[in-house]
Amino acid sequence: MRAPRPKVAIAAVAVAALAVAGCAESDRDSGSGGSKKDTLVFGVAGDPKVLDPSFASDGESLRVARQVFETLVRPEEGGTKVTPGLAESWTPDAAGTTWTFKLRSGVKFHDGSDFNAEAVCFNFNRWYNAKGLMQSPDVTAYWQDVMGGFAKNENPDLPPSLFKSCTAKDATTVDLAFNRVSSKIPAALMLPSFSMQSPKALQQYDASNVTGTAEDIKYPSYAMEHPTGTGPFKFKAWDVANKTLTIERNDDYYGDKAKLKTIIFKTISDENARKQALRSGDIQGYDLVGPADVEPLKKEGFNVLTRPAFNILYLAINQKGNPKLADLKVRQAIAYAVNRQALVDSKLPPGAKVAMNFMPDTVEGWNGDVTKYDYNPEKAKQLLAEAGATNLTLKFHYPTEVTRPYMPNPKDIFELLSADLKAVGINVQAIPLKWSPDYLNATTSGSKHDLHFLGWTGDYGDAYNFIGTFFDRPKDEWGFNNAALFAQFKDADTTADAAARTEKYKALNKAIMDFLPGVPISHSPPAIVFGKDVTGIKASPLTDERYATAEFK
Amino acid sequence: MFRFIVRRLLQLIPTLFGLSVLLFIWLHRLPGGPETAILGERGTPETRAAIRRNLGLDEPILVQYARFLRRMIRLDLGTSTGTKRAVTTEFLERFPGTVELTVMAMVLAVGLGIPLGYLAARRRGRFLDHASVGGSLIGICIPVFFLAYVLKAIFAENLGWFPSSGRQDPTIGATRVTNFFVLDGIMTREWDAAADALWHLVLPGIALASIPLAIIVRITRASVLEVLNEDFVRTAEAKGLTERTVRRRHVLRNAMLPVATSIGLQTGLLLSGAVLTETVFAFSGIGAFVAESISQRDYPVLMGFIMIIAVVYVLVNLLVDLSYSVIDPRVRVR
Repeated sequence: MRAPRPKVAIAAVAVAALAVAGCAESDRDSGSGGSKKDTLVFGVAGDPKVLDPSFASDGESLRVARQVFETLVRPEEGGTKVTPGLAESWTPDAAGTTWTFKLRSGVKFHDGSDFNAEAVCFNFNRWYNAKGLMQSPDVTAYWQDVMGGFAKNENPDLPPSLFKSCTAKDATTVDLAFNRVSSKIPAALMLPSFSMQSPKALQQYDASNVTGTAEDIKYPSYAMEHPTGTGPFKFKAWDVANKTLTIERNDDYYGDKAKLKTIIFKTISDENARKQALRSGDIQGYDLVGPADVEPLKKEGFNVLTRPAFNILYLAINQKGNPKLADLKVRQAIAYAVNRQALVDSKLPPGAKVAMNFMPDTVEGWNGDVTKYDYNPEKAKQLLAEAGATNLTLKFHYPTEVTRPYMPNPKDIFELLSADLKAVGINVQAIPLKWSPDYLNATTSGSKHDLHFLGWTGDYGDAYNFIGTFFDRPKDEWGFNNAALFAQFKDADTTADAAARTEKYKALNKAIMDFLPGVPISHSPPAIVFGKDVTGIKASPLTDERYATAEFK
Repeated sequence: MFRFIVRRLLQLIPTLFGLSVLLFIWLHRLPGGPETAILGERGTPETRAAIRRNLGLDEPILVQYARFLRRMIRLDLGTSTGTKRAVTTEFLERFPGTVELTVMAMVLAVGLGIPLGYLAARRRGRFLDHASVGGSLIGICIPVFFLAYVLKAIFAENLGWFPSSGRQDPTIGATRVTNFFVLDGIMTREWDAAADALWHLVLPGIALASIPLAIIVRITRASVLEVLNEDFVRTAEAKGLTERTVRRRHVLRNAMLPVATSIGLQTGLLLSGAVLTETVFAFSGIGAFVAESISQRDYPVLMGFIMIIAVVYVLVNLLVDLSYSVIDPRVRVR
């Protein structure tokens, strides 16, 4: 009691500090903390979810996977064309169902084991023979998206598997057999979800052992701590407490080695905070740049890269909503009523374009010769009158608290579109909903929605990945059942000859724009920014940026 | 005192039980579920149904609650539906950040607030008093996130004195032991890492301290003024004690009771996470994570985190109650 309390407190803290000092081992390697010019810190919007790319479907997990892993085929740098990856060449057989891949030789996984045909088959068999929780749609989302089901489907709703078998013919030749022809092959194999992983590491860390109970899925340690690929970077550490993930140069890489030693992905969820971190030098680049920031950042000298637009924003019309919407004339009136060019010019980032199809023109099968519906409010009014829908009231859903690459500012977009609709005499009942889960639930299930907008970013350069996703079967989002259209999709997807298939997709795009299930609005190029002294990275429409080529000036 | 502590801890059990029932009902009445958040625009009615089935969300709520209780009894908080990592792991990785930030903010708030409040009371009606009272009014009125942005814009972006985001410079490559970064730096003798972590706490600490500081200034001032008018102070002065002794042993000490209560409440509040400050400074704590979990409908994380936060809150208040007996010997806990 006698000693003054602050002094006692300070003494106690000092004693405690001394007591704990040095009581744990530092595991820093002596060489770390090297020159800052050897390390790029890149700001990302969210933590990755999982490091095993077979289980990943979120952008941040895929970003890491693209540096650590490689796929048999990969998109050209900065484009969507299929180019060699771990396979040097690939050819289908006459029937188009068996593809022979010739593999690169001399490639090693990060754990030193060999990459060869056996390893390819090990990976495909692992996915195909997935059991139990590995068949959950949130675990193997992309496998199910591309291949449908598994060797033994545990959920009766799953379609049969597209993949049939894998045969290693010799060390560098592998045959992948499929149950039918599909336009997705080989482009879909560019997805990071089809990354080649070390069979040795997969076994060692029990990678397929997704455990837990149904409501309580637990990933094996491989998926959280030991991703092992062939890429130019190796996984080093994931520091959740500091929201950073570190990858390090693979010095044994067979190709051009990464220029920087270390890349650190740092999570900064707030877009404004990412911008401030870039300006203050905490980070040397970030993704998901707000459209309004593109020009100011450029002016300040930052290296703003614009990705070629590989997405679509569309206005969806639900034909099971207001009964009038089943009338083609009413849908046409809506298409003529909206001034898409004005929207693109005033609300979307520089480089955005009005969409003519429900897919961007960089994808084979895009068709410029479709019905175009240029802005024409008079015609819209006339069509509404002809359809006897002069006093139409539509429930128009729009999302709040969200930005997507195709939709930077949903509220602004809603206001423009609804003003256009009101101008032709359609009454709009605004229904703002929180993006997740309310908005997504309301617009993609049930039948209470009339109009809403939504979009899609392509996974790989294939028409089916866009229009097939929307229109290949009845969906609550659109509320129509057009058997002829669905049959057309099936026919196109199973056409083996590439040129013939492209023609069929062109015809499909024309049919879609005549049937007009909704109005394609725009393609917006998302931007990514790097520090003033960072060069070497090429923006990719598929967000497949390769950090191996990044360097400081 | 021992029996008092045990009794208070036992009271936690019905509290937590009641809380879990309320939370469970509330969470499951929210529209939508984790399946929409997980699948985003890629979801179809079939895949969403499959995930609901996988997560056990298609079962009656009583069955789900029973399963939750069984897990709770084993102290197993389950796995996050969003990150697929154990809720306990998520908590242990994020809570230390919140604790460090809280300690920083409270050290600033208490260290500045009590002297300022005391001085304001002593110099009542003079400049310092007006400045403290006015200043604290501003402190309460400025939204924390705005202050955070302003601090960051000035001291991080323009002047570059402080880092603008995160808990530590990732290029340092610090060793993790407890996830309390400052403590880890001391424990491993990575002094640069400890200093860097401390440095990262300054701006968010100041932003977060603004409200507790203002409250502590005002409560201290009011409480000191009240005590100054008490008879025993006059008696103490009359019997010739030095001003220093009167101040410290009689005035401050007696004025501390309401201040301690307020410190306890503020600390408990900060420990439950500062969503906006954490978001603005990209600081890894529990606040932003819980907020995100609400929009993701991540039931296990929400249940687990809120239950732990409730326990922490009760413990902090227990400490406050115990501190009364130290401050004022007349208060005896029984």
